[in-house]
Amino acid sequence: MALIETRDLRRVYDLDAGRVVALDSVSLDIEQGDFVAVMGPSGSGKSTFMNLIGCLDRPTGGQYRLAGTAVESLDAAGLARLRNREIGFVFQQFNMLPRVDALGNVELPMIYAGFDRRTRRERALQALGRVGLVDRAHHRPMQLSGGQQQRVAIARALVNSPSLLLADEPTGALDSRTANEIMALFQELNREGVTIVLVTHDAEVGRHAHRLVRFRDGRVIDDHRQTPVNARDLEAEAAQ
Amino acid sequence: MRWIEAIRSAFSAIMANALRSLLTMLGIVIGVAAVIAMVAIGSGARNLVDQQIRSLGANLAIVTPGNVTQGGARLGAGAASSLTDEDAQAIRREIDGVVAAAPFVQGGAQVVAGGSNWGTRIYGIDLDWFSAREWDVATGRTFDPEEVRRGDIVILLGQTVARNLFADEDPIDQFVRVRNVPFRVIGVMAPKGQSAFGQDQDDVVFVPLDTGRRRVIGRNYAKDRSVGSIFVKFANESDIEPGIESMTELLRQRHRIIGEQEDDFSIRNLTEIANTASASANTLSMLLAAVAAVSLLVGGIGIMNIMLVSVTERTREIGLRLAVGARPRDILSQFLIEATTLSTIGGALGIGLGVGAAYLVAQLAGWPSLVSTNAILMAVGFSALVGIFFGFYPAQRAAKLDPIEALRRE
Repeated sequence: MALIETRDLRRVYDLDAGRVVALDSVSLDIEQGDFVAVMGPSGSGKSTFMNLIGCLDRPTGGQYRLAGTAVESLDAAGLARLRNREIGFVFQQFNMLPRVDALGNVELPMIYAGFDRRTRRERALQALGRVGLVDRAHHRPMQLSGGQQQRVAIARALVNSPSLLLADEPTGALDSRTANEIMALFQELNREGVTIVLVTHDAEVGRHAHRLVRFRDGRVIDDHRQTPVNARDLEAEAAQ
Repeated sequence: MRWIEAIRSAFSAIMANALRSLLTMLGIVIGVAAVIAMVAIGSGARNLVDQQIRSLGANLAIVTPGNVTQGGARLGAGAASSLTDEDAQAIRREIDGVVAAAPFVQGGAQVVAGGSNWGTRIYGIDLDWFSAREWDVATGRTFDPEEVRRGDIVILLGQTVARNLFADEDPIDQFVRVRNVPFRVIGVMAPKGQSAFGQDQDDVVFVPLDTGRRRVIGRNYAKDRSVGSIFVKFANESDIEPGIESMTELLRQRHRIIGEQEDDFSIRNLTEIANTASASANTLSMLLAAVAAVSLLVGGIGIMNIMLVSVTERTREIGLRLAVGARPRDILSQFLIEATTLSTIGGALGIGLGVGAAYLVAQLAGWPSLVSTNAILMAVGFSALVGIFFGFYPAQRAAKLDPIEALRRE
C-alpha cells in the first residue's frame, strides 16, 4: 500500500465567474520514502493538489487515502488531527509565530497533539538538532536569517514524526546559496527515510527529487523518475 | 490545547500589544469600578436608612392629638391635649396585635449636675416606652412599675446628656436638678444615634410619666391624665393597617366623636414612612447599578472590536495553527480565552479602583463602609461573561477561517 493514493481526484471551484475545474481526475500513488517534485506553471492545479494531499481541503470528487485513512470522509476536526499526526508543512514564507522563540515555534504542533511540556521541549530540541540549529533555540524569528527560519520551519514540520513532509516553494524566498543548503537538508532527511513532496515551479529545485510529476490544466501530463542532482555537489561547485 | 498553554499564549498576545490591550481593558476597568462603587454607595445609603428605621423601632404607629378650634381659629395638629394615658391603656387592652402602647409627654428642660448644666429634651414615659422604641439602658436600670405608678423622682439619662454632665464619671446614683427638683439618676440609656431627620436621639432624659406631668413639664398637660402622644407597637407589620382602623374607631368612641365630626387625634404609620424611604434608597441603588452596567456593556463592545482587529491581523497565524493541527475549536477557545483574560484583568483592576472609590465616598459622606463580597464576585463573574460574550463572535470568525485562505493572506 502506497503512502498516498489518489483515485480520480477532482476539485471544482464555484466562483462568481463560473465553475473552474482546478483538478481533473488525478490518480497518483506516492510510496513511502520517496522524494517527489510536483511542478507546473501557475494555474496548473499543483497548488490545489498540494492542498488536497495536505488535508487542508476536501476533494469535490474521487478518493484520497493517506497512510490508509480515507480523507474525503473526514470533518474539519478529523482533517486537523490527520494534519497534526501525518503531515509536516514547510511554506515559502516560513510562517513563524513572531513572538515565540525557535524552540516555541517547533513545539507548536506538539501542543495540539497534547504532549506535556517536558516531552515537547526534549523533542523540539532534538528536531532543532536535526536541522543544526540547537544553538539558536532561544532566538526569535526576527533574530534569524531567512535560511535559519526555514530550518526552524523544517524542524517544526518534523517534530511530530509525520509520514509526509509537504513543502510549498520552500526556497522561493531564499537566495540561491541558501536555497541549495535547504535542498541539501531535504535530501539528507529523505535519505534518513522521510517522504517528501515538494511543490515548485522552479526546474532547478525540481532536479533534486527522485521523481518528477508535472501538472497542466488540472491534469498530470508527465510523471517520471530521474537521477537527482546532489545539492552538496552543487555547493562544492559554487564554492570553486 | 491545554488551559495553561492557552492562558499563557493569551498573555503573550496581550503583552505583545500592551498599550492597545490596556486601552481596551479600560472600558471594563471603568465599568467594573463603576458597578462596585455604585452598588457600594447605593447600599451605603440604604444601610443608613435601614439603621435609622431600626433606631425608631419596628412596626410602629404614633397617635398624636389633633387640631382644635378655638373661637373660629383652627390651631394646628397637636394643639389639643386630647389624649390620656387611659386611651393608651384602652389601646393596649382592646386592639389586636398591639404589643405596647407608650404614652408620653415631652418638653424642654435645663438639667443641672453640680457645676455643669445642659439643655435637653425631657420625656415623661411609662414602661411600654422601652419595648415600643426597642430601647434599653446601657448601665443602671430602667424604672420599676412602682416608680412609675407613684411618680418617683428618678431619671434616666441619654448618652449625650450623661457625657456632657458627667464626662467620665459614673452618673448612676448621682443627683441632677430639673426645675430645682433633685432627681436620682438610675440608669444611662443605650446609644441610638441620629434619627432619620438628623436629630441626636441620645440628647434626651426620661422620667416617669406622672413625674413629668406634675413636676417638670406641666404647662400643656393641665388635664391630669392627658399625654402628648402615644407610640403604638404592633407584633407584625400586617397588624398595623387594621390596627390603625380599630384604634380610630376606639378613640372616636372614647372621645365621643360622632358622625361627621372631625377627629381630635391623628394616627400615622411610621413604619410605612420608613419603608418608603428604604424603597426609594433601593431604587436609587438599582438605578446607579444599571447605569454602571451600561458602561460594562460599552467596555465589552470595545473588547469585541479589538478582538476582531486581532483576528484580522493574525489571520496567517491562525492559518499556520490550523495547518499544524489545531482544530477549529482550538482556535475558538484560544481567542475566547484571550478575550476573557483581557476582560478579567480589566475586571481585577476595576475592583481595585471601585473599592478605592467606594471607600473614598464612604469617608467623605460619613457613611458606614459597604463594599460587599457579593458585588466583587458579581463584578468578576460579569466581566468574565462580558469577555466570553463579546469574544465569541470574533473567536468564531477566527475558527471558521479556511486554512488555505488564511495562509495565503498577506
